[in-house]
Amino acid sequence: MEVASAPSTKPWTRKHLVGLRGVSAEELQTIFRRAAEYKERARNGEPKSSELAGVVVANLFFENSTRTRTSFSLAARRLSADVVDFSASGSSLSKGETFIDTALTIQAMGADQMVVRHSSSGAPQFLTRHLNCSVLNAGDGTHEHPTQGLLDVFTIQERRGSLQGATVALVGDILHSRVARSNIWALKTLGARVIVCGPATLIPPHVTELGVEVSHSLDAILGEVDCLNLLRVQFERQRGAFFPSIAEYAHLYGMNGSRLLSARRDVLILAPGPINRGVEITPDVADGSHSMILDQVSNGLYIRMACLALLQEARRGSV
Amino acid sequence: MATLHLRGGRIVDPASGRDEIGDLWITAGQIRHSRPAAEPDDVFDVRGCIVAPGFIDCRATFGEPGYEEDETISSGSAAAVAGGFTSIAAMPETDPVVDTRAAAEFVSRQAERAGLCRVYPLGAVTKSAKGQELAEIGQLIDGGAVAFTDGKRPVANAEVLRRALQYTGMQDRAILQHSQVPELVAGGVMHEGFYSTLLGLRGMPAAAEEIAVRCNIALAEATGGRIHLMGISTRNSVDEIRQAQARGVRVTADATPYHLLLTDQCLEGFDPNYKIDPPLRTADHAAALIEGLKDGTIGIISADHRPIAAEKKLRELDQAPFGICGLETLLPLCIEALILPGRLSWPELLAKLTTGPAELLGVPGGTLMEGGPGDVTVIDPDAPWTIDAARFRSLSRNTPFHGRSVRGQVRLTIVGGRVCHQPE
Repeated sequence: MEVASAPSTKPWTRKHLVGLRGVSAEELQTIFRRAAEYKERARNGEPKSSELAGVVVANLFFENSTRTRTSFSLAARRLSADVVDFSASGSSLSKGETFIDTALTIQAMGADQMVVRHSSSGAPQFLTRHLNCSVLNAGDGTHEHPTQGLLDVFTIQERRGSLQGATVALVGDILHSRVARSNIWALKTLGARVIVCGPATLIPPHVTELGVEVSHSLDAILGEVDCLNLLRVQFERQRGAFFPSIAEYAHLYGMNGSRLLSARRDVLILAPGPINRGVEITPDVADGSHSMILDQVSNGLYIRMACLALLQEARRGSV
Repeated sequence: MATLHLRGGRIVDPASGRDEIGDLWITAGQIRHSRPAAEPDDVFDVRGCIVAPGFIDCRATFGEPGYEEDETISSGSAAAVAGGFTSIAAMPETDPVVDTRAAAEFVSRQAERAGLCRVYPLGAVTKSAKGQELAEIGQLIDGGAVAFTDGKRPVANAEVLRRALQYTGMQDRAILQHSQVPELVAGGVMHEGFYSTLLGLRGMPAAAEEIAVRCNIALAEATGGRIHLMGISTRNSVDEIRQAQARGVRVTADATPYHLLLTDQCLEGFDPNYKIDPPLRTADHAAALIEGLKDGTIGIISADHRPIAAEKKLRELDQAPFGICGLETLLPLCIEALILPGRLSWPELLAKLTTGPAELLGVPGGTLMEGGPGDVTVIDPDAPWTIDAARFRSLSRNTPFHGRSVRGQVRLTIVGGRVCHQPE
């Protein structure tokens, strides 16, 4: 093993990572420390380690994804795991096999960890009851996307040093966003103030009970936020129209150059991508100096390496 | 036909107000209060047990024809008598839908072949239960249909429902409505509230039910027709029904034990066995249902039996169908929710399982009066047991109560003077 874990912290014990709800601040920092180590080593010209040599990581993507799947594949390969890619199209799913049977089949081939993306909320959690291998949620329906939440928060912490007392606004389609839920849990756990901002039709009921504030005006909150996370409008998950037009949405909630002038001078702009340029963010902002978008993508790799490695350590520890 | 003697039980007959220790005889398929001339063929010592009229469920789904992988009329009848039911009204949501006299007579015929409990067909209100044209309601009644419903797909068009209420009113038959505005629950999985937000599951707002309840009541009031609201689940619904009944509107309602015992928090584990329609709601809604049961606003309890084959039910939550396989667990769940906490007395609970549904459907039974049909359920009210889905008589196993420790067991189910269920 090339990475020595810090002796002062408790060992990681989770066998599955299906969400960030209930994940402690200590656990979040364990993941972040490990991600930072991988990032540092890559910077020093050692991107690859043999930690997961002989381990089989299966990517089960029951919903289309290029970015997340590529990131997970690369993360697993960087740790020398054997990677199996499985996607819903061109598989037995189209022949009517249930997703549990598909997962059991892949497990029987020797998978140790399963990275699961599914359009149904709760599908990864449902699998944990039927599988012995570890389940790592790569996004389920409108529930959680824990590695995206981790990489978003890691990116902010890396730049600011701490989340304690920071004000973070999640802007846009909160109702259909699994990224929003994962962000909310991690940000609240680490002491940030969280505002969700969007049209009333895209703010879920009872969201304030999660400990967040609600705003319907981006302009009203711009001056008080340290960080804006611009969620993509999930056209594919919406049933019917939640707002009158894309133009109106961009007018009210799109982050553009003139809004940037009203924001704090050190504001950080995140977007979990893929971004709709001209809708939630204009190109000048996306490519400007406040944008963390590409940092998010590269941090995503290290966060996913950290999650895969820690889950495997928990598996070894429990044997 | 055999003569049976039930000796020394607590005889509870809500219809007559009788509640006393005594003996009961059944001869020639009828209840007798005094020893008949014929020597009894069987004597049952039922001391310590409650002798009640056979239970009636006003709306169970049996799947046949069309969905025999979930349940047949035969397996559903076996589940019914195991749960203490002697009469069942069968939902018309089969394939084909029970919207013709022939389809209704098929249900009765299959029930006769099964030979366990009485099964009364419910007819569809509209052709193919599509909510557009009235089904042949008169012919359905001639074929044995006792009431009408389009099942979980409510008659949403107010003009169609108005005509249906007028038409069924001619023969004083009730329409059973699942009260829900379809567009407000489209794609919904669970109650819209804190937990739906937390879990990222599409919500079914309470308002979707309450709007439909108001609409249904208004049309019953306008036409003088009889409407029954199935599976009421919200506080405002109970209030609306209470007020309408006070005005004399012919509206009745039922509730399920699930909505009394469970809340939307149960969905946290994404277990599809908790996915039901109407959805599990919050503790405050459950408390309102219990108030409604206590003051009589809700006069009927239903198991809302919806057996679903495992390959269809055990899957992604948003793709799994709604429903609980419920006939065999109704009694202990009612005891847990209503008797043990002292919310209802035994006569009050039994009325909701006997006289309430009998009056709604206009069917015989539901009482232990002299000369009535020999449909009797004997209950051991304290017997502890553990629910085991693997032992269900139903073909399906979709219950969230597997492994639950409960009290109260059916000792004997007698249909028309014949013992149809007697566990060892």
